[in-house]
Amino acid sequence: MSLWEYANPVRFIRLTDRLLPPVAVGALVCLVIGLIWGFFFTPDDYRQGSTVKIIYLHVPAALMAINAWLMMLVASLIWIVRRHHVSALAARAAAPVGATMTVIALATGAIWGQPMWGTWWAWDPRLTSFLILFLFYLGYMALWEAIENDDTAADLTSILCLVGSVFALLSRYAVNFWNQGLHQGASLSLDKEENVADVFYLPLLVCIAGFVLLFVALVFLRTQTEIRARRMRALIARERLA
Amino acid sequence: MKALLWRDLALAVRAGGGFGLGLSFFLIVTVMVPFSVGPETARLSVIAPGILWLGALLACLLSLDRIFALDFEDGSLDLLATAPLPLEGIVTVKALAHWLTSALPLVIAAPALGVFLNLPGPGFIWLFLSLLIGTPALSVIGSFGAALTVGLKRGGLLLSLLVLPLYVPTLIFGAEVARRGAEGLAVETPLLMLAGISAGALALLPFASAAVLRVNLR
Repeated sequence: MSLWEYANPVRFIRLTDRLLPPVAVGALVCLVIGLIWGFFFTPDDYRQGSTVKIIYLHVPAALMAINAWLMMLVASLIWIVRRHHVSALAARAAAPVGATMTVIALATGAIWGQPMWGTWWAWDPRLTSFLILFLFYLGYMALWEAIENDDTAADLTSILCLVGSVFALLSRYAVNFWNQGLHQGASLSLDKEENVADVFYLPLLVCIAGFVLLFVALVFLRTQTEIRARRMRALIARERLA
Repeated sequence: MKALLWRDLALAVRAGGGFGLGLSFFLIVTVMVPFSVGPETARLSVIAPGILWLGALLACLLSLDRIFALDFEDGSLDLLATAPLPLEGIVTVKALAHWLTSALPLVIAAPALGVFLNLPGPGFIWLFLSLLIGTPALSVIGSFGAALTVGLKRGGLLLSLLVLPLYVPTLIFGAEVARRGAEGLAVETPLLMLAGISAGALALLPFASAAVLRVNLR
């Protein structure tokens, strides 16, 4: 029994069929609880007022935007090394989800920034590197769309993902150097003495769990769709040959 | 490898297109800038380093698709791939040829175009140096993008979409060197970072480009 067993598309679909309902329900429950808790049962911040509550969408979305790219990177590596098709399809399936998370993070940030910083957009390092990350997602998805042969597309996009990761990191530090930021430091981190206050922290954790589960559910679903779409294409091709 | 370099250089010069076209594009972009932001010399001299860097970068981008496309179409790329040379070396030579024919003229022309935009005195040497150090990275990164899109019918737009995000760090540090140079500040840190990006891209990216080309040629 090893993880690689699920590189078999049939096994993968069987497994995800079983996992999908609990994960999806878990995502829904966490999001409903976390958002209602966060929006209605936490106090307003004494300086930011009620605008602080956008943190329950902004932080989890930003977190998932980066982690989706990381997941794509790992899946691409697995594809390059072990040539499991499911892995390449999972990377493909994660890209639009990650891009959407990036847009959510940017949009909620802008909505919060308008009353707080007095501007929708500032060329702050964090904001800028997120915008660049979004461009990387766009390029990655466009390359998948543009190539007709599935294996070629998987190879090329996975190499693009590797190179893109290096350059995305480089850009992150380059923009740090380039401009001083308005954005506050990290709201959450594992090695920090003090994170955001507990009243905000707990519902935030629930929301993050909800976003993670939502991401997993969406990736499962989209990977299944990709597998089935490819199967269908293969069937149609066989039909034509016969 | 030397023969390949000469061949690519001769093709670029004789076939026309890439050589003069990028340069003319650079000139036109520079001339259009005052029309769009106004002719005040004070304002122009503030944005001059950035505009010249961006113009050079875009002009570089224009000729990228020619690195592999022509050879791919007439089949000589297949021959090169089966030749006893390592594909990594071929990719590097191709990028070098692109740099010599497309980027180097831009580097040399940039200070002259700086006059149009009223670039401050000390800025000229730093603009020239930053472009000289930074454009090899542009050529190498661009050849990776060109290798990715070589088999595609409408690769041009996609090529820009793929390559421009990869150009971000080079542009940031390159334009920063030129800006600081123009304002008379210390340029050492961004200059070293720029050189680091160029050296790193030159050392590592040919492997990625060659891998991509192998996929496209199979």
